[in-house]
Amino acid sequence: MTPFDALMARAREAVDDRHLDRVRAWKQEHPGALAIGHMPIYSPRPLLEAIGCLPVAVFGGGDQIDVIRGDAYFQSYICHIPRSTIELALHGDLAPLDGMVFPAICDVIRNLGGMWKMLFPEKWSGYLDLPQNFDHQLGGAFYASELRRFARELEARGAKPLEPNALARAIAEENARRAAIFELDALRRDEPWRLRASEAYLAVRAGSAMTAVEHTELLRSILAAARARTVRKLDNVRVVVVGAFCEQPPIDLIVTLERAGCDIVADDLQLGMRMIEGPIEGETIEALARAYIDRGAATASRYIGDLVKGRALIERVRAHRAEGVVFAAASFCDPALLDQPMLETALQREGIAFTTLKYSENTGQFQTIREQAGAFSDSVKLWGGAA
Amino acid sequence: MTTDGNRDASQKRQKAMISDHFAKLSRAKEDGKKVVYTFVPGNLTELLSAFDVLPVLPEINALQSGMRGRSGKYIAEAEKSGHSEDVCTYVKCDLGMLKSGNIGPTGEKLPPPDLLLLSYTGCFTFMKWFELLREEYQCPVVMLQVPYQAEGEITPEMRKYVVDQLRNEVIPALERLTGTKYDEDKLREKMKLSARAEDDLVAVWESARHKPSPVDGYFGGVYYTGPIFSSFRGSQDAVEYYRELREEVEARIARGEGPTTPDGPLGNERYRLVVEGPPNWTNFFDFWRMFSREGAVVVASTYTRVGGLYDRGFRHSPDNPLESLADYCLGCYTNLSLPKRLDLLEHYVKEYSADGFLINSVKSCNSFSVGQLLMLRELEKRTGVPGGFIESDLVDPRYFGKANIENRVQSYLQMLAARMQRRAS
Ligand code: SF4
Ligand code: SF4
Repeated sequence: MTPFDALMARAREAVDDRHLDRVRAWKQEHPGALAIGHMPIYSPRPLLEAIGCLPVAVFGGGDQIDVIRGDAYFQSYICHIPRSTIELALHGDLAPLDGMVFPAICDVIRNLGGMWKMLFPEKWSGYLDLPQNFDHQLGGAFYASELRRFARELEARGAKPLEPNALARAIAEENARRAAIFELDALRRDEPWRLRASEAYLAVRAGSAMTAVEHTELLRSILAAARARTVRKLDNVRVVVVGAFCEQPPIDLIVTLERAGCDIVADDLQLGMRMIEGPIEGETIEALARAYIDRGAATASRYIGDLVKGRALIERVRAHRAEGVVFAAASFCDPALLDQPMLETALQREGIAFTTLKYSENTGQFQTIREQAGAFSDSVKLWGGAA
Repeated sequence: MTTDGNRDASQKRQKAMISDHFAKLSRAKEDGKKVVYTFVPGNLTELLSAFDVLPVLPEINALQSGMRGRSGKYIAEAEKSGHSEDVCTYVKCDLGMLKSGNIGPTGEKLPPPDLLLLSYTGCFTFMKWFELLREEYQCPVVMLQVPYQAEGEITPEMRKYVVDQLRNEVIPALERLTGTKYDEDKLREKMKLSARAEDDLVAVWESARHKPSPVDGYFGGVYYTGPIFSSFRGSQDAVEYYRELREEVEARIARGEGPTTPDGPLGNERYRLVVEGPPNWTNFFDFWRMFSREGAVVVASTYTRVGGLYDRGFRHSPDNPLESLADYCLGCYTNLSLPKRLDLLEHYVKEYSADGFLINSVKSCNSFSVGQLLMLRELEKRTGVPGGFIESDLVDPRYFGKANIENRVQSYLQMLAARMQRRAS
């Protein structure tokens, strides 16, 4: 096994850890400390780390579990991630988590937060009302008050009190992680054959239940190993994947796109870890709020007020020298699917090719997707991306 | 709700109010009136009318299209232009209507908006909806974010956030639009009128405690909420409408009469139900008759609280008008946490002596629907009253399986009848 493969195996193990064994181990090493789960997309991980908690990104059960009990809680026309998350929780897989954060990204996650309160009343849970008003005095002030409330509530549950030095350190550590992810993304953009999207995905998602320091160390090792790796340059079509910010497709779907001739040079698969574009400047709660307000990534659950819808996607396509866009949304994902027509219009205006597909976290058949993506990459190659 | 011949006076009044409003809308440009599109939950009607602008409520247009049999065509139009099958059909119905000429419910063309006022209360889709509309109209948008009551209470931070946005963003946007200064006294006057109408509406809701209930709080209820949820709150017309409605209801109580139904007054109240979830609009009267013909009366419903929980004490108040508007927005039903929604349903089942409760789960609306299966179980546990569950949609006719729904309703009512008989013996 090459050093790179060994690191990938380590990342894969972390991603597949659905019983949260590493969280259990962390709690044994840190007696009394809390592990706090959070649903996609984004949660203020440095704040949680500053008060001594381990943030744990929860993405449901993916394609690893059979959903039986969870289906009894959701109608057929609701996406898959809430049902597999409930399944995991009812099964005891999420037992090491002392609490859960439900960020305000859609009505499903919002109501799932309410269900959590009803089903697991002994556990802490918090709805993180992310700001949709991007004025510092308005949305910024409100968001800062939300973050303070979280810190207070968790302190009442046994977390450490929020100390300025601890927050400054956690922000610095988060920034170091972000810098490593930035380099990873740059490598993928510049030499996509050196680090495939499916590999970058594992590298980033592996940090779901790691501290920023531990994750940075892994990312740096992966970067070094990827740079040193001997690989064959591929002649694929460069695409951006968009719409997959919450319920995650099976990793095989990403691999299918790659095998169909697509180099995914950017995506929103692990958006939470990249939500703030650039480093967090400052060391306070206000700095966290400011970062979200000023540099939160444009995504479907974020209101695009005065800006032009789709502009961020076009800029992304240009910056990554992409030739096309693959809209990949979870079935019944309202934010992604309502956003899509506006983004399509923006792409059409610019003459950028796109294709659309829907998936579910437990999709098991990839043949159609493979054919569709293959046809798309062929047409982009042949006709240079005319939509 | 009934043919013209047996319409109540209040219904005739409401119809006239609506025609008048749409006539004003159709003349808006000639009359130099500004038009603001906004949503029902957390609407700022008093503030809008204090600025003398005319509101258009896209959800009302969508439901009207559903009732007039047009929504299927509009939805198909939207899907043809790239909108997903999976998403809220209100949005698609509205967009399809727009693409088909934007003809309102009275047959007159609706004017385009001069401002989109995105009152972002209790539903994420609202945000996407107005992003989509802005693409079509290229007019200014002002957003009012209303925090969610996840912990079941309104905190001072939430209220402050809403009031600050009203002061610093919404009011300045309306001032720019109309060229007039904000006049708080004018707003206070409107709020006073709102509270008067709200008192009478609450009396109407609470009349359903009587046996037999003189009102149907769901099918009939959607008519009763029409004026107060939409463009008329804070107007003298609304005050008169609700006074008249209350008098009619009181007269029905005095006569021992049941509610008005599509087939005339209901004579035999057999079942008293509480309903959670929006109605279906494409087959509204078929749906209603499935209940009324069996003697089932809805004594309380949560859908009729999406535009305000007046029966839980809220009133628009002239004293601190902006704070009161904030509390109004924050307190709408879909802005409540699931546990609070459950408490409310429990209260209705118990206080209104319901024999059962029914959930109409609509495909379109995640805000309503996610969690309803858990609510069903919990509510049965808490009240000991059996619940029923049906699935349909708001305005997509493809999701109203009439025979299937009718079967479910009938078996549910039969089960209730057997249970009631057992209990009686
Ligand atoms: S997949 Fe989409 S609809 Fe489902 S929870 Fe995630 S964001 Fe919400
Ligand atoms: S999702 Fe529900 S509340 Fe939101 S616009 Fe659609 S029907 Fe209305």
